Amino acid sequence: MKNSVRLNSAATMLVRILFAAVAAFPIVFMLVSSLKPDTQIFGDMSSVAAFLPVGNVSFDNYAAVFDRVPAARFLVNSIGISAVTVVLGIFINSLCAFALSRMEVRGKRVVFTVILATLIVPFQTLALPLVWWVNQLPYFELNGFSLEVSKGWLDTYQVQIIPFIANAFSIYLYHQYFESIPKELDEAARIDGAGWFRIYRQVVMPLAGPATATVAILTFLPAWNSYLWPLMVVQSEELRPVMIGIQYFFQLNVSWGEVMAYASLITVPVVVLFVAFQRSFINSIASSGVKG
Amino acid sequence: MTTSPLPTRPRPTAAPAPRPLPAPPHRRRAGFLREQISGWGMIAPAAVLLLVFVFLPAILGFGLAFTNARLISPRPVEFVGTDNFARLFADPAFWRSLLNVTYFAVVVVPVQSALALAMALLINKKFRGVNFFRTVYFLPVVTSMVVVSLLWLFMYRKDGLINELLSTFSFGLIQGADWLNDPATAMPAIIALSIWQAAGFHMIIWLAGLQSISGELYEAAQLDGASRWHQFRYVTWPGLKHTRSLVLVTITIQALGLFDQVSVMTQGGPLDSTTTIIYEAVRSGFKQQETSYASAISLVFFFLVLLISAVQRYLTREKD
Repeated sequence: MKNSVRLNSAATMLVRILFAAVAAFPIVFMLVSSLKPDTQIFGDMSSVAAFLPVGNVSFDNYAAVFDRVPAARFLVNSIGISAVTVVLGIFINSLCAFALSRMEVRGKRVVFTVILATLIVPFQTLALPLVWWVNQLPYFELNGFSLEVSKGWLDTYQVQIIPFIANAFSIYLYHQYFESIPKELDEAARIDGAGWFRIYRQVVMPLAGPATATVAILTFLPAWNSYLWPLMVVQSEELRPVMIGIQYFFQLNVSWGEVMAYASLITVPVVVLFVAFQRSFINSIASSGVKG
Repeated sequence: MTTSPLPTRPRPTAAPAPRPLPAPPHRRRAGFLREQISGWGMIAPAAVLLLVFVFLPAILGFGLAFTNARLISPRPVEFVGTDNFARLFADPAFWRSLLNVTYFAVVVVPVQSALALAMALLINKKFRGVNFFRTVYFLPVVTSMVVVSLLWLFMYRKDGLINELLSTFSFGLIQGADWLNDPATAMPAIIALSIWQAAGFHMIIWLAGLQSISGELYEAAQLDGASRWHQFRYVTWPGLKHTRSLVLVTITIQALGLFDQVSVMTQGGPLDSTTTIIYEAVRSGFKQQETSYASAISLVFFFLVLLISAVQRYLTREKD
């Protein structure tokens, strides 16, 4: 009996390792190849060396990438766009969820239902009308002391940020989480003379860490990884995010070592963030009401 | 002996002592008003943004589908009735894209949800290294689909890593195809990488479902001498009822929206074997700037999503 259990768990562990190998091998291959010259990438392909940093290993491909692509500029753009989207998204969506779940606001039920209804519209069906629409929106620019109004948001930073701040799913997640925090806390704070915004800021939000972690991640990933949208709305090189840089490699006779270096460059920051916050990342998604 | 039926709050026996009066009506009203104003003030930023960037474009898209709007055009926008739809339904590329997306979904939905469930079961219990495995299984999800597509584009070459691995593991028996340049293998190749990339995400949803099942049920089952399979069959599977429909709906909708992989790897080719509904919409809306035609495609896509989620909801409804 004891032996069969041990055998069983050994077999389970073997399956776990097999799945892990399948999940990891393309990423390991990418990282390792980014350090090798093209001839060696192809030479190593038929052996286990494809997954090991052996032979002629250097950072030459990375240096070459910065020559070929304005990679530094793209990275700065993406970091800025993602950070602003995440910070504003956390603030605006949690604020909305706070009022909807903890305050007696007339008509909040209708508002919440309508917000949830937006979840059924996939972004892809929205994307093309949205391009047309943002191109009609006014654009205010302060020029010296005069405010200049022009039409069209195409080719700006704001068009990559503002449409993605409010998010029905984030509001839903916060709403679910706020419901689990006892309302007595609010009452106690009110008796002490705190206003609603103060209750939001000093009572409820500090307790909502796991929800904030989930929302931060679920906002950051699409912001960093966005491709279709900037492809459609941003033409200027100096405004473009990292994923668009991939287009610089859509050509014949490209150096695959450089491609792998660029791909690693834009993947590693996310992986590092993910590994650092791994625990709250997966656990908070797994336990924060993504349950239908 | 009198029994009080229910414990109640002790009633004041004597006449109530003069208490401070409740706040005068205008004060109470001020509190109520203040709550309404701050409440709406807190709801407004998110609500306005959703209105401007989700509701209005959705309605606009609906309207634009019946016009001749172009992204940049000197001509005024005119109503053209159902012309766009007539053109769409006469376009063989549209029917081909519908077929391709159906093929994709029919394979991806069952295979990916099964693999994701297997992964969730493998890492559900606490064991040494559980965090390591959770991290690794989730790694492909963190990697952007565009990077993944570029990476697999390289691995799928005739002399690429996939074929080398196949050849090594089969001792030279299998000589792989030129995956992405052959109409017969291009879609299966895209299916494989899509499952690889997204299974980890649905693993998390399954994991959430698994952790909501009470451990006592498993203890009871073990006392009854239930085998592992029986525990799965009679405890786990029924316990995942709600999670099941959620996973089913999200994978199906994501499958219908197939775009990034196709855009990076095959541009719909070879011979339209990998073109999809969204790829057609983006091609006409963005590359050819025909906003109205693209809106018509998007509208058809939206109704398809609605229809399929309604059907799935009906099939997975609670039958009591």
